[in-house]
Amino acid sequence: MAETDPIISVRGLRTQFGAQVIHDGLDLDVRAGEVIGVVGGSGTGKSVLLRTIVGLNRQTAGTINVFGADTGRLNEDEWRQLEARWGVLFQAGALFSSLTVAENIQVPFREHADLPPTLMSELTSLKIELVGLPPGACGKFPAELSGGMRKRAGLARALALDPEILFLDEPTAGLDPIGAAAFDQLIRSLQQSLGLTVFMVTHDLDSLATICDRIAVLVDKRIKVGTMEEHLADDHPWIHEYFHGPRGRAARHETD
Amino acid sequence: MAAGWFETTRAGDDVVLKAGGRWTLAASRALDAALRRLTIADARNVLFDLTDIEALDTAGAWLIKRTQLDLSAAGIAGTVRGAKAGHAALLARVSDVGAPPPLAPHPRFHLVDILEHLGEALFHGLRQARDLLNFFGALLFAAARVIRHPGRIRFISFVSHVQLHGLNAMPIIGILLFLVGIVVAYQGVGQLSRFGAQIYTVDLVGISVLREMGVLISSIVIAGRSGSAFTAQLGTMQVNEEIDAIRTMGLDPLEVLVLPRILALMIALPLLTFFADIMAILGGAFMSTLTIDITFAQFLSLLNQAVTLTHFWVGMVKAPIFALLIAMVGCFEGMRVRGSAESVGRLTTQAVVEALFLVIVVDAFFSVLFSFLGI
Repeated sequence: MAETDPIISVRGLRTQFGAQVIHDGLDLDVRAGEVIGVVGGSGTGKSVLLRTIVGLNRQTAGTINVFGADTGRLNEDEWRQLEARWGVLFQAGALFSSLTVAENIQVPFREHADLPPTLMSELTSLKIELVGLPPGACGKFPAELSGGMRKRAGLARALALDPEILFLDEPTAGLDPIGAAAFDQLIRSLQQSLGLTVFMVTHDLDSLATICDRIAVLVDKRIKVGTMEEHLADDHPWIHEYFHGPRGRAARHETD
Repeated sequence: MAAGWFETTRAGDDVVLKAGGRWTLAASRALDAALRRLTIADARNVLFDLTDIEALDTAGAWLIKRTQLDLSAAGIAGTVRGAKAGHAALLARVSDVGAPPPLAPHPRFHLVDILEHLGEALFHGLRQARDLLNFFGALLFAAARVIRHPGRIRFISFVSHVQLHGLNAMPIIGILLFLVGIVVAYQGVGQLSRFGAQIYTVDLVGISVLREMGVLISSIVIAGRSGSAFTAQLGTMQVNEEIDAIRTMGLDPLEVLVLPRILALMIALPLLTFFADIMAILGGAFMSTLTIDITFAQFLSLLNQAVTLTHFWVGMVKAPIFALLIAMVGCFEGMRVRGSAESVGRLTTQAVVEALFLVIVVDAFFSVLFSFLGI
């Protein structure tokens, strides 16, 4: 795989639920090492796109290539290997409620890696520190954590196996602005130091402006990818409304 | 691409630790073991040469960092050179977080723990009983309020619950009790025919079904079917903050949600018991006509001689009380749900177990009471 090849490449994607078509002829390339933000109105299928790429939904038509392999043609073993190379953070963290934070993070270790117990607990502790959770959080159950801490714990679990791609589903939704900004910075710094490619579904204009290299906008069942400047110049009504609306202006203003 | 490796060479007072290959999670077991065995004595400085490292992840970076920490604890300085830009960033990041504190070890199991669990379980049971009594009290007050203002009875909710938990339960209760009737009659014939008294199968079926089987088995089915549903419904509403929403509107959840359910079940279960009695007797009659050569009409006339209205009422009087227990425990556990969806599942199981326990305890209590009264 050449360096310039896209790490994720979606071609002609069509997803539908019953008669309702969500995506139609959608093309998207994600480059290695970038942070791409996916935006779109409610119900345009941002989360569906994420779920389809990671194999939780089956597309009606089209191909999805990840790391140069067509995900539709992989057998079970190949899927397992592929899944160890990406991490997914779901909207509410999706921590296993019957396990403590530390045990949650150890689930991928136990399933995919062969580690001695001491090293496993050292690495677990390291991941907890990396995402900025206090050490006391290790032994707590998800129900005892705040929403922000749950997301951080979910992020630590997603990062457990040092994935190459990180999928984030609305990482800052439900966080206060300070917590959201801190989470943005955390993702950026982890992305830079761990060399991650980040695919982020978001509604948060501040996240888009501060940490995304490119922005993919879901409109008319397809995707338009570009930088903030390119989208600002776009005259599609929804895109114009989104980036030129009062919230869009405020977010741009802050980062200028 | 080689798996991770390292070798040490001595250069005067310094030791050079030359690392190469893929220092990743996959290689970390071997590297971890080798690095733990590493002993470097009487050196002032250890030079980590990372020029040949092809891939580095947090596991590999942590191993390097940990070795550095171990060395500095022994008074030996460690410096890193030759790291690629990406690797240096990762190392810096891992160094930034410092030495992660060790995880708390898993608690060991001691004999004393058994005692502790026993005591905890006892106090939990007592607290549970107190809370249930408390709930019952609150319920009585709510009922009194509703009786004083009959306009506040949630009639539609009540009727809908009668349908859901009474009418819709008829097929399952009917089939089950018909089969129970068959089983009782079959066992009766088998044992009684040994001394030629198989005709008393009719008495056996009639009395056991009317006094015990009809109401008990209906209650068990309803505890599994409706008691659990009450806990799950109220628990989910609790998780969704719907019950808090009801409170903020100035309404009483006990009045709006709990009372209609309890009243509905107290009406539905006696009706179901009546239906269950009939179905079980039909089952017994069916088996009797097959095995002891009597006609259906004969069965009915024998039944008429065997049972009195008292037998019927002894069973029937228990039905509303069992219904109250089942519905109250179901709603009580549902209202106790806090926080996560996980507790909904746990408390639903608990509600069914407690309801069955209470039903059978109270049934035994009734048996003692009736034997004292000579009924």
